[in-house]
Amino acid sequence: MGLIILIVIWLITFASTYFFVAKTWWLPTGASAAAAGIDRYFDITYVLMGIVFVTAQVALGFFAWKYRERSAAAPARYFHGNNTLEIIWTVLTGVLFIGLNLMSSSIWASERFQPAQPGATQVEVTGMQFQWYFRYPGPDGKFGGTKPELIDPSAGGESALGLDTTDPASKDDVVTGTMYVPVNREVEVILRAQDVIHSFFVPAMRFKQDAVPGLAIHMHFTPITTGDYEIACAELCGLGHYKMHGILKVVSQEEFDKWLAAREAEKQ
Amino acid sequence: MATREFAAHESHAHAAPQGFIRKWVFSLDHKVIGLQYYFLALSAVFVGMLLSLLMRIHMIWPNATIPLLGDIKPETYVSLLTMHGTIMVFFVLTTAPQGGFGNYFLPIQIGAADMAFPVLNMLSFWVTFLGYIALLAAFFVPGGAPLHGWTGYPPLSAVPSAGPGEGLGADLWGISIALFCLGALMSALNFITTTLDMRAKGMKLMRMPLTCWAWFITAILGLLAFGVLLSAAILLLLDRNAGTSFYVPLITVNGQVLAHKGGSPLLWQHLFWFFGHPEVYIAIVPAMGLCSQLVSVFSRKPIFGYKAMVYAMLSIGLLGFMVWGHHMFMSGMSPYSAFAFSVMTMAIGVPSAIKTFNWLGTLWGGRIRFASPMLFAIGFVSLFVSGGISGPFLAQPTLDIPLHDTAFVVGHFHLIMGVASIFGIFAATYYWFPKMFGRMMNESLARWHFWFTFVGTYSIFMPMHYLGMAGQPRRYSQFTELHYLDRLIPLNTFITFAAFVTIAAQFIFVFNLFWSMKFGKKASDNPWEATTLEWTTATPPPHDNFGGHTPIVYNGPYEYSVPGAPRDYVMQTDTTAVPAH
Repeated sequence: MGLIILIVIWLITFASTYFFVAKTWWLPTGASAAAAGIDRYFDITYVLMGIVFVTAQVALGFFAWKYRERSAAAPARYFHGNNTLEIIWTVLTGVLFIGLNLMSSSIWASERFQPAQPGATQVEVTGMQFQWYFRYPGPDGKFGGTKPELIDPSAGGESALGLDTTDPASKDDVVTGTMYVPVNREVEVILRAQDVIHSFFVPAMRFKQDAVPGLAIHMHFTPITTGDYEIACAELCGLGHYKMHGILKVVSQEEFDKWLAAREAEKQ
Repeated sequence: MATREFAAHESHAHAAPQGFIRKWVFSLDHKVIGLQYYFLALSAVFVGMLLSLLMRIHMIWPNATIPLLGDIKPETYVSLLTMHGTIMVFFVLTTAPQGGFGNYFLPIQIGAADMAFPVLNMLSFWVTFLGYIALLAAFFVPGGAPLHGWTGYPPLSAVPSAGPGEGLGADLWGISIALFCLGALMSALNFITTTLDMRAKGMKLMRMPLTCWAWFITAILGLLAFGVLLSAAILLLLDRNAGTSFYVPLITVNGQVLAHKGGSPLLWQHLFWFFGHPEVYIAIVPAMGLCSQLVSVFSRKPIFGYKAMVYAMLSIGLLGFMVWGHHMFMSGMSPYSAFAFSVMTMAIGVPSAIKTFNWLGTLWGGRIRFASPMLFAIGFVSLFVSGGISGPFLAQPTLDIPLHDTAFVVGHFHLIMGVASIFGIFAATYYWFPKMFGRMMNESLARWHFWFTFVGTYSIFMPMHYLGMAGQPRRYSQFTELHYLDRLIPLNTFITFAAFVTIAAQFIFVFNLFWSMKFGKKASDNPWEATTLEWTTATPPPHDNFGGHTPIVYNGPYEYSVPGAPRDYVMQTDTTAVPAH
């Protein structure tokens, strides 16, 4: 029985570890400035935790086999522990875990403590059951006001957000169902939710943030590769949670300007 | 100190009831109440398991028609996951280890005739039972069961128009949670008082089996955590039914402006997770205590570092109250506080690692007997390591950005809080069944059950980590809308098949349980040659546990293979001299 336990635990351990090492299923290719740093700490954590995982499981399987009851075996050793060992492994794991934590904290700080740089592309992202809307402030750089009583989701676009068309600032606002941003320029996202909590999740950008009703949450990221990236909702928002998705199109600055100008023209 | 308690203890004994109702239904006997909790959890775990199977089927074959139930719609799926989580967390993981085994064995292991407050004990169970009925009733009301997840984040959970199931179903859910909290609070008071006041002569705190320490610590966690959840649930019910706005700001649902104003959705998250994180330990600490017990009994060796184990459990409990914010890194909470929550969370890794080292240290140099309880205890250690090791990923806010609310989290908490704790429940069942029912469970069936469950649960939950890294969000009923999920479908299909096999294997367990009650081999009073007090009394124990006398305790709980002793174990009540240590 000891031998079977050893074999099964070792097999599970090595099979699980294989798929991590082979990266069969891995984080999607990163496309934002922060992705490389986040992925590097992911790698460091997974190597360190991998060592702990394999060591503990291999020892468990080995001890189960080695110390199985046999008629020829010596009686069990009688002792109640070892304080020196307890202190050593307390200190070691303390250093490992807290150290790991402090190492990765600088990335969190740069992502979340700093506001977006001036000149970032501003996009207001609004989540509602079960759709994302994106709003651009237009040439005046100001978002127009919205009013809850004007909201009409079935009409889509500006009406879905309840845009107050009497507000001069709203005249040049552009509302779309697809998010366009220029590459290599920081994007400032202003996250809102109309009904329940949603979560704006762009796996390739290593970006995730809940959109909370009543709050306007300012976040930022910098896309560095052009292309189409899928947007998901990561917070349970009701029966259509699984189909609340969108597309983020990262394009060149010229293309972005052209696209935005065309939307402005449509409005007039 | 113990002498005073010895006197107090006698007055708690009450006469054995005769009628069926007083003996088996409204019983005051902690053993009967323990069994009531256990069978409540057993019925709940089968409901919860069935729901998870339906979820797995729907994920892979979204258009499949289930016999008797018909089609599963996306909203049905979200209701299934809500009910699965709520049933499993509250009515299985919190109910069986503490209410079930804790009730049955805490008084016996400390040498008491019953719990400190038998009437309160009966009330705790029946209030919990009402909570269970209220929850199940949600399936049958108009709109069906709620779809806000077991975490019940408002506004989704607070607004009837937010989706089907958010009407009466969600009210029943809130009532069920509130009732459960009441029951758990009464039970926690009882456990704490019993542990402090009812110990037999000589049962010093540092002579208690680690199971008793675990139940004691779990009760303290419960007392502090369930009060907060109870308040949170009452506020939610008020928001839903009394027009208050604790959690709901001005919102528009489906174009309708609601009458709420000024509430904070994050308030619920803070209250919920202040309970929710300690809840993880409420589920797993009893299993830690039990596993320590079993590793020592079946290695025929004293536990490695008894005091370190006690302090580790205490510090896990204490730290558990300072880390709730790690569930909220992406919630919009201040990013500065994430630092503090993150450091405290990583610190929990230290006592957890100490426990693992000590279990390995106990196996080291032992003479291991692989009876079925020990198989599950070894399985527990393995699962605890596997489920724990993904914690440091999620505890770092930086890495939580890609991983939060993905299948990675689902894999993590199922391995550690779900499967590891359930291995504790299985181990406890196989270990204490002879004492509870006077017969042994069938060992071959138990082994088959172990191997299928061990390999099966790993096959289900380990791949979820890969899915999460690849970005699969949790709580998705179908993978048809996001194209980057296409390549993950084979892995998801594998998980569904693994779930079929694992769930089928649980019927081996149930068959064994009921078959052995009637036809199992007769058990001796101490079949595992263990040292603690439950093995000194008759099988099954008499109404007052020790048949009119009270044990006197001379030794610690883990005196195995003592050099010079006549047998390889020294009972806690033996007067044989044990070397000082």
